[in-house]
Amino acid sequence: MPREMMYGEAIATAIVEEMKRDGDVIFYGQNLGMTEKDHMVRLFGKNRVRITPISETAEMGIAVGAAMTGLRPVVELWMSEFMLVAMDQALNEAPRLRYMTGGQVKVPLVFKAGYGFGAGWAGQHSNCIYHMMMGIPGLKVALPSTPADAKGLLTAAIRDDNPVVYLHHYMLTLDRGEVPDGDYVIPFGVADVKRAGSDVTLVATGWMVKKSLAAAEVLAKEGISVEVIDPRTIAPLDVQTIVASVKKTGRLVLVDQAPRHASVAVIIAGEVAEHGFQYLKAPVKMVTALDTSVPYSEPLEKFVLPDEDKIVRAVKAAMARQAATV
Amino acid sequence: MQKKEDLAKDRLLWMYTQMLRIREFEERIKRTFVEHPGVIRGHTHLGDGAEASIVGALATRSENDLAMPSYRCHGYPIVLGTSTKKMMAEIYGRKDGLCQGFGGSMHLADPAHHFPGTSGIIGQAIAHATGAALTAQVKNTGQVIYCFFGDGSSKQGAFYESLNMAAVWKLPIVYVLENNEYQVYTHVSLEDANHAAGDPLSQKAKAFSIPGVTVDGNDVLKVYEEVGKAAERARAGRGPSLIESKFYRFSAHGNAITVPPVPTQFPEHEAIETYGKKDEYAAAKAKDPILQFRTKLLGSGVLSEAENKRIEETVRAEMEEAVKFALASPFPAPEEAVKYVYA
Ligand SMILES: Cc1ncc(C[n+]2csc(CCOP(=O)(O)OP(=O)(O)O)c2C)c(N)n1
Ligand SMILES: [Mg+2]
Repeated sequence: MPREMMYGEAIATAIVEEMKRDGDVIFYGQNLGMTEKDHMVRLFGKNRVRITPISETAEMGIAVGAAMTGLRPVVELWMSEFMLVAMDQALNEAPRLRYMTGGQVKVPLVFKAGYGFGAGWAGQHSNCIYHMMMGIPGLKVALPSTPADAKGLLTAAIRDDNPVVYLHHYMLTLDRGEVPDGDYVIPFGVADVKRAGSDVTLVATGWMVKKSLAAAEVLAKEGISVEVIDPRTIAPLDVQTIVASVKKTGRLVLVDQAPRHASVAVIIAGEVAEHGFQYLKAPVKMVTALDTSVPYSEPLEKFVLPDEDKIVRAVKAAMARQAATV
Repeated sequence: MQKKEDLAKDRLLWMYTQMLRIREFEERIKRTFVEHPGVIRGHTHLGDGAEASIVGALATRSENDLAMPSYRCHGYPIVLGTSTKKMMAEIYGRKDGLCQGFGGSMHLADPAHHFPGTSGIIGQAIAHATGAALTAQVKNTGQVIYCFFGDGSSKQGAFYESLNMAAVWKLPIVYVLENNEYQVYTHVSLEDANHAAGDPLSQKAKAFSIPGVTVDGNDVLKVYEEVGKAAERARAGRGPSLIESKFYRFSAHGNAITVPPVPTQFPEHEAIETYGKKDEYAAAKAKDPILQFRTKLLGSGVLSEAENKRIEETVRAEMEEAVKFALASPFPAPEEAVKYVYA
């Protein structure tokens, strides 16, 4: 029986279920499990649920060492940018060890963090930094956009024998949706068609999936049929599903909350340029954040970030281009 | 620098006034969440409880010395002479704000008033402050840098790396570790090795072979004395010191983290909300640094009840003006957003 729950709740549920299933899974981070009354401490005890100081280098590096030697750590890092102080561990330790040891070592861990908080958190707490992770062979990156995906992808991440960066979007925390019960695992590298359509392919991740679906609704009323695809994991990236959709629609709009050159959008644009060029009836459009830091004040922030209106305009531009050339 | 016993009446009253200004400014920020919901976005952190520590430390400055605090940054520029109108306008996201609405509460800056800026990422500004001390040393400016950061921040790599270098290079810097017992929800006992072993946090200084002292951060004159000694030492070219200033944060860590349009407010302090320790909180409030200093000044005749009332009224009026100014200030034009990407 599927159960309705919030995105945040789905994440918590996945951790609890995996910790029950596998005694090697441990969970730690800052500001969690402070007292004996804490839910996770009550369930799993202080040996497996630990509070840490504000020491990301050690938190992440200890996870690598623990993973190398038999544990499956899930590290709560809260905001993705906090990982930046210890990026060596994420980019140049965890994903390298299996390869460098000729396959002798595995590093099964999850770096879990929220990201993309577009609510006045300003320059250092609102960013999308996944671009730097998706190009590191050995590292996997999941960006769930619904409660069901949040649960299924985190379950898969914890069971994966590789380091996974699991990034949940802050703006989706309270969103509700149906989540299948029991052992629900979403395989990495399988995109999901969130809405079927025939005129334009829209590819988006995280919060931008929600905005793209809202834009698709608006466009449907104007007779434009939009297909919305969510890759769900950007490493590995399901290029096939995207190219198949472009083959059907002939138009591609990429929506990404990151600045243009640090986005998944540019990577997908490159893949489609190589594998789907012959299907395109119009140039690819990218709706991304502007190439600025994220400003504090609301009108500035709104100007910088992609939104429903910007997506609608890009889709219409893609459609108009086709009309002009036919 | 004057000995604390020799501080003139007007200097003592100046210190007292600055403490009241910080408290009132923070009160108005807190009230804004109730009176004008939605006007302050993101995450705002208040310095109520830190007044004696901030003012006692900064009262030892020479004219060109710099203050480099963390994201909990409202108190310092108030003492340095920054316009509270512009500060409030920044926190309200307005065009007339200190940073024209680009930074908000966590990222105030006013270089013209010896406040080069902050970081919202824990510990990283400790390195920036150390860099400012390098500038002072290389250019031989005679400046001392006042670096402020929390107990929680002292567990970040940047703290250890910076203090080691500052000690080796004998940089002119004073590190003020503001031990308010909490980092968000976490009590210092859960995460600090020195505390867990029953030692003061100033013990960390031993790792760098620099002076480390612990001071009652609720006593403005004691802070003045200890930070003053460290500043003199730094100015004389004898290198950094670590001062652990112990006080209590009176408000919750920050406004509640919510997803819009869910409104945000200041919750109860974590001692109560997380640990149910009402007594701990009440005991800390009883040591309110402002109450202590007022009692002392009234007792010694430096301050009269009438003068106290006059100062309080002036401070209230200033912050009322700041709120009015900020509310009346326009928002920045959206297109401005692309303006400051590069110098
Ligand atoms: C690298 C990093 N990790 C985590 C955070 C989240 N965070 C913001 S404030 C804070 C607590 C800091 O506590 P402390 O240094 O004691 O300063 P206080 O807030 O008590 O003034 C934390 C963990 C952050 N901003 N940066
Ligand atoms: Mg603290």
